[in-house]
Amino acid sequence: MALPKPHEADLVVIGAGPAGAAAALAASRAGLSVVLLDEAASPGGQVYRAPPAGLSVSPGKRGPDDDAGDALRAGIAASSVVWRGSARVWSVSGAFRVDAVTPSGNESFFAPRLVAATGAHERLVPFPGWTKPGVIGLAAATILLKSQGMIPGRRSVVAGCGPLLAAVAAKIVVAGGAVAAVVDLSGPGDWLRALPGLARRPDLLRQGLGWALKLGAARVPVLFRHGVVAVEGAEACERVVAAPVDTEGRPRGGSLRGFEADALAIGHGLVPGAEITKLLRARHHFDPAAGGWTPVRDAFGRCSVAGLYAVGDGAAVAGAEPARLSGQLAGLAAAHDAGRIPLEAFEREAASVRAGLARMSAFAGAVGRLMRPRPAMVEAIAPETVICRCEDVTRSEIETAIAEGARDINQLKHFTRCGMGPCQGRMCGETAAGLLALQVGSREEVGYWTGRPPLRPVPLADLLGRFDYGDIPVPTPAPL
Amino acid sequence: MSGAHDLAVVGGGVHGATVALFCARAGMNTVLFERGSLCREASGVNAGTLTMQMTRVALIPYALKAHAMWASARDWLGHDVGVVVCDGLSLAFTEREAELLTFRAGKRREAGAPIDLVSPARAQEVEPGLGPGVLLAGHCKVDGYANAYLTGQAYRAALIEAGVSLRERTPVSGVAREEAGFAVQTAAGPVRARRLVLAGGVWLEEMAAWLGIDLPIKVLVNQLAVTERVEPVMRTVVGIASGLLSLKQYPHGTVVIGGGWQGKGDRERGGAEIVPESLIGNMRLACHAIPALKNARLARAWAGLEAETRDALPAVGPLPGIPEAYICGSVHSGYTSGPYLARLLAQRMLGTEPADPLFPIDRLLAPAAPPTPVPSAAGRAADEQPHHV
Ligand SMILES: Cc1cc2nc3c(=O)[nH]c(=O)nc-3n(C[C@H](O)[C@H](O)[C@H](O)COP(=O)(O)OP(=O)(O)OC[C@H]3O[C@@H](n4cnc5c(N)ncnc54)[C@H](O)[C@@H]3O)c2cc1C
Ligand SMILES: Cc1cc2nc3c(=O)[nH]c(=O)nc-3n(C[C@H](O)[C@H](O)[C@H](O)COP(=O)(O)OP(=O)(O)OC[C@H]3O[C@@H](n4cnc5c(N)ncnc54)[C@H](O)[C@@H]3O)c2cc1C
Repeated sequence: MALPKPHEADLVVIGAGPAGAAAALAASRAGLSVVLLDEAASPGGQVYRAPPAGLSVSPGKRGPDDDAGDALRAGIAASSVVWRGSARVWSVSGAFRVDAVTPSGNESFFAPRLVAATGAHERLVPFPGWTKPGVIGLAAATILLKSQGMIPGRRSVVAGCGPLLAAVAAKIVVAGGAVAAVVDLSGPGDWLRALPGLARRPDLLRQGLGWALKLGAARVPVLFRHGVVAVEGAEACERVVAAPVDTEGRPRGGSLRGFEADALAIGHGLVPGAEITKLLRARHHFDPAAGGWTPVRDAFGRCSVAGLYAVGDGAAVAGAEPARLSGQLAGLAAAHDAGRIPLEAFEREAASVRAGLARMSAFAGAVGRLMRPRPAMVEAIAPETVICRCEDVTRSEIETAIAEGARDINQLKHFTRCGMGPCQGRMCGETAAGLLALQVGSREEVGYWTGRPPLRPVPLADLLGRFDYGDIPVPTPAPL
Repeated sequence: MSGAHDLAVVGGGVHGATVALFCARAGMNTVLFERGSLCREASGVNAGTLTMQMTRVALIPYALKAHAMWASARDWLGHDVGVVVCDGLSLAFTEREAELLTFRAGKRREAGAPIDLVSPARAQEVEPGLGPGVLLAGHCKVDGYANAYLTGQAYRAALIEAGVSLRERTPVSGVAREEAGFAVQTAAGPVRARRLVLAGGVWLEEMAAWLGIDLPIKVLVNQLAVTERVEPVMRTVVGIASGLLSLKQYPHGTVVIGGGWQGKGDRERGGAEIVPESLIGNMRLACHAIPALKNARLARAWAGLEAETRDALPAVGPLPGIPEAYICGSVHSGYTSGPYLARLLAQRMLGTEPADPLFPIDRLLAPAAPPTPVPSAAGRAADEQPHHV
């Protein structure tokens, strides 16, 4: 078959965020040949996403993330890492073959070792109106602001939990947009409790306080211990309704607050992608502190599948700096496992990285608690609320399927089509699993979606390439 | 054996579930054991194609009756599995394929399948979505498809209504013969029954071994793929002469693409891995047949396990030398024909003469002996060695 010639390397790294970039650099420095793949056009990942070609961040608006991103990109450019951007990985198989759709068609990469560093996706617990135009993810809003220089709407509500709230709201203000309100599931007490942990990263704490000051100066109302209970509007978001919630995010009665707004940026934490480790059938365990199902790993990111390493927020949500360090460890481990770094040197180098990672853990723990999954919020979802937007499946349809005998998440999918659409359950999976867990007892019982290719939807035209009918290697026909 | 069931069925795919359903409805006190959930292995992940043009010649008479069963599933099963009856086309793009098609369609026609060979122009009328390059097509009015992932939900409701004691998430670890029947071993202890049906799909080999029977079962790892919902691009079931394409668009807009391309996997891991080359080859065939598909996006690909006996014909009948023990499975295009064959076995167990002959496994047991003729209404076409991709 006229597939392009395969590329071979000692190590393939998928994802060029802080985790993947650090893994690639560490391994390459130790002498491994490394291919680094990302669907984005340049390295950086979510936090350090580069502005698109032609756009640059004006000096006044540059932040520490822009500098860190430029440094990451310069590091890759100066290294011997083979960087392949605009490469959308859709299949990982064997030990290991990676297939990616690139501007020149489908390309296959082969390596005996693989680092999965594909980042996290957003958790969003549904409420009436969440599928209306104008509602976007909180993390997605950072991308909009960063890479497109766009604000979500003329007047936005920013809601959910964790440090991204203040970051997004402040960036909207700086970009000249209006913020109608910040709606935070956490209360001042939760933030106070998080403070000692957050203080372990004075730089980030300072950044956070800076955001808070900007919001204060712009007189943006902040509603603590509140959640969004509805988005109203004929066609699109016109009004956002918030209500007081208890410590677990469950509406607890009390007066509703309405805000006129044409945009709502909302997010309830991050979930490790872990799609590649699931695809390769590595062992996983459920860890709410890490955001959900996460691959079982040793201290260096080694998974239960030999040669497979998982790092960064795609393995366990911990933030950019821990992602970078975990990537560095896996890069070192890959080089050591390939016989390129002797044990002693490996242990020495790894020890300092591990010490750095340990210093992060209090900070990551504090952020993790603020963004933790809140099962009570899932429990409080109204019956008619849509859970799976791709396939238009409501909570009550899910409850019916459970009553009809669905007991695990993949069976639930068969009964309802929940998770069968283009997003393949990335959006609804957490909520659907949460609902099922309420009935069967635990997320472990419920399980997780079976990992299958493609990791991203791919146009068939991109997969086919040019071919002649006669060249298709048709296997021997079935017996008559 | 007081307190014993009349019948224990091990394996809750379409074969085991159908035997259990008909036996329970006829009054047998039936228990069904399924390791996971009902119809979530081959019977829940298959392509759901109900076609004569990929069915083995010897099974055509069965498949025709089975097709009629699926078409009236609401009547006998009582629940919907999304069956759509439509035309089917088997295409030939090369001279070699045209020859193969002429030969194969002829044999299937002799066995009763209403297949006509038609011109490219006629094929285009039947399926306006076809691309250029068709030389010849087999056209069959008896075709269609079901929505396989609904099978478990439908059977589950039917079995419960029929009073079957349904034991999902209950793996069976062995079966012991006892004076008046069988003791089925589970983690919660033995369950006793006077009759036994083994219906374990690709796991039939280990099940037969519980009773000392050596029945080799080959494992096929079939790949399938589905697109996102798209505008209508086709309205029939489309295949090619070699049988390595099966293609149809569901009413909700997704297109399921298969045809027996092989992935990687085994009994322990299931259909573990998609082979990208096979997937790409399969997609190329599909887009060659229906060019508008190129604009669709691939949403998901997966693989499932299909069982095959040495002669690729079913294992449906009594277990030799063990009174009241039966086997049911390893049926080629077994989603289509499974319910009918399983119902035949139920008839036999209920003491009536089955309407068509069963496929007892005696022929498969003598080691390395040439396959002995199988009693079958249509006889077997022996023009090719049974081999599979
Ligand atoms: C949308 C979003 C926005 C975020 N914004 C911020 C922020 O502003 N500030 C902050 O501190 N934290 C932010 N985070 C948290 C972020 O996850 C971590 O801070 C950090 O980026 C984690 O680094 P990482 O290397 O693990 O993953 P990421 O930085 O997420 O990098 C993963 C990379 O993998 C690539 N990738 C994934 N799948 C494939 C595939 N199939 N084929 C090819 N490439 C693939 C992605 O394109 C991405 O570049 C955000 C998270 C998300 C999901
Ligand atoms: C990908 C794919 C596509 C296909 N496409 C088509 C098609 O389009 N048309 C068609 O007609 N046919 C198709 N087939 C074939 C068809 O799916 C099978 O022939 C049929 O479903 C087999 O049914 P079964 O009941 O014998 O096996 P299965 O459905 O596999 O059921 C066997 C059951 O036994 C259970 N089991 C195993 N061991 C134990 C144990 N120890 N204790 C308890 N339970 C146990 C398993 O969990 C399983 O549920 C396809 C098959 C595959 C894999």
